[in-house]
Amino acid sequence: MDRIQRAFAQKNAFITFLTAGDPSLEKTAEYILELERAGADLVEIGIPFSDPIAEGPVIQEADLRALGSGTTVDRIFEMVKTLRKKTQIPLVLMTYLNPVFHYGYEAFFERCREAQIDGIIIPDLPFEEKGEVESVCLTYGVTLISMIAPTSRERIRRIAGEARGFLYVVSSMGVTGVRSEITTDLDAILREIRSVTDVPAAVGFGIHTPDQAARIARQADGVIVGSALVKLIARYGDHAHDQLGAYTRMMKAAMQEAE
Amino acid sequence: MSEGRFGAHGGQYIPETLMNEIIRLEEQYEFYKKDPEFCAELEDLLKNYAGRPSLLYYAEKMTRQLGGAKVYLKREDLNHTGSHKINNVLGQVLMAKKMGKTRVIAETGAGQHGVACATAAALLGMECEIFMGKEDTDRQALNVYRMRLLGAKVHPVTSGTQTLKDAVNETMREWTSRVADTHYVLGSVMGPHPFPTIVRDFQSVIGREARAQILEREGKLPAAVLACVGGGSNAMGMFYEFIPDRQVALIGCEAAGEGIDTDRHAATIAKGTPGVFHGMKSYFCQDENGQIAPVYSISAGLDYPGIGPEHAWLHDTGRASYVPVTDEEAVQAFEYLARTEGIICAIESAHAVAYARKLAPTLPKDESIIICLSGRGDKDVAAIARYRGEEITE
Repeated sequence: MDRIQRAFAQKNAFITFLTAGDPSLEKTAEYILELERAGADLVEIGIPFSDPIAEGPVIQEADLRALGSGTTVDRIFEMVKTLRKKTQIPLVLMTYLNPVFHYGYEAFFERCREAQIDGIIIPDLPFEEKGEVESVCLTYGVTLISMIAPTSRERIRRIAGEARGFLYVVSSMGVTGVRSEITTDLDAILREIRSVTDVPAAVGFGIHTPDQAARIARQADGVIVGSALVKLIARYGDHAHDQLGAYTRMMKAAMQEAE
Repeated sequence: MSEGRFGAHGGQYIPETLMNEIIRLEEQYEFYKKDPEFCAELEDLLKNYAGRPSLLYYAEKMTRQLGGAKVYLKREDLNHTGSHKINNVLGQVLMAKKMGKTRVIAETGAGQHGVACATAAALLGMECEIFMGKEDTDRQALNVYRMRLLGAKVHPVTSGTQTLKDAVNETMREWTSRVADTHYVLGSVMGPHPFPTIVRDFQSVIGREARAQILEREGKLPAAVLACVGGGSNAMGMFYEFIPDRQVALIGCEAAGEGIDTDRHAATIAKGTPGVFHGMKSYFCQDENGQIAPVYSISAGLDYPGIGPEHAWLHDTGRASYVPVTDEEAVQAFEYLARTEGIICAIESAHAVAYARKLAPTLPKDESIIICLSGRGDKDVAAIARYRGEEITE
């Protein structure tokens, strides 16, 4: 069983997202360890990008802060390599395709393997285009995570049929960021997924309250939270440690109660 | 690998949320481009509303002064709304309406595409929202008011560099939030497939007319056709029909801003590297870490860090060449054309005029060249005055 599979074994996974380098890479490493201590099962590490077209304002601003602090792909790999000596939590990169393409697929995924990065999510790499990346991912043992959206309809079967690691189910139309309610018929989407694959399905985009987390936990195999955590970092900067821990424990408790 | 490739370039690098819509758009476009009713309606709009065909004007004085090849101007500036943008917009908005959409959204740089889009939306009874970089809304305040007069809602975009690329980001974000009733009228030959093909096809009327017009006037093909290139829609429209005519040089004029040896330019072919952005593989101005670079040009319409994938391919194959033109050269050409021919062209188009001034004298007098005069320059008058140190209020 690999690290991603372990995150979902026998339980609902709580998946947390941080933008690498916001406010600094030292703090990112510290915060990832705190998220793990507080109950996170998997951490997505965002590679900041100048033009993140799938992100709402909260993560857009985090990307700007991270780029402003001098964050680069190489420095992120260095941070993760050091971090790996202290934790075995599954780590998944979240990045737009350009920084990966520009680095060179071979070189990029070789560095991923060295840093023991488990997977990668690329929101602007849809099913039709994934071939050029996935073959290299496989060579270096990195899992390419696929996404399913509320508009995917008949595409769900095809995407789920080739899915690895876990499926990232986008809860709502639009970009990342907190939402007061989620109106998509997630049950129908999850039923469709389960009819073709055993790969776990985690739901993200807009989730921020314990109530939402509990509800999603009853439907899906995992809950993904990003903007709510990034907001805490925006507010508390270098001193977000305790806030991130408390928030994670609160969300995790709500999910465990729901199970 | 998906459809819509131009060599290594193009593709469909967009979020899953938009994939079904993009696939549907491709199917619908394949249907409508062959649908006699759609084609007849579009042709009627182009003729009786936009004022096509546009003139091919022989710039006799300019020709005499430059002392070389005959200079012709393809007068897209005389179209309704004052630029070539109307060609694409009428096609896309008409198609969107037939697809059952009730709302169109679009990005704009200089405001020409936004104005054209708002115009077509008003005419065809569609709701319209335009996203424009905050910096551009300041540079082009007149166009912002024009769009509002036409019934469009204009959203100033305050993210990133607050220019064209950020307007595209924001329009894409808006499209992912509301796609069922909304069509994104992309303004250039860029973005995910099928947009580069759709926009090129709707713009190819420019070259089709120009080729027939020059053959009628000169009895032979021109030595070169020139157009300015940001994303590259007027250039692609001008070039497309001439691609099989190997003897016709295709020359795209990129915005070199303060010079390609400075970091203040938008010269994608001269200084860009391969990348994936805004749904396509192509060349982009980016830094050593793959971050899209801030670009600069005096022209808001050329102030874009990428170029359409078909241009990237024309560059790779050597079929077209791309030359950098600085702000100063463009402003001089803007003033020159006004004084010499009595035509105030868009500062974007002035980039092509500037290179033509260098090219024409090197060619024999029995040859001709065609410059695509993509737009008129009313919108730029205040900015040019400012560039020359004069402050005027409109």
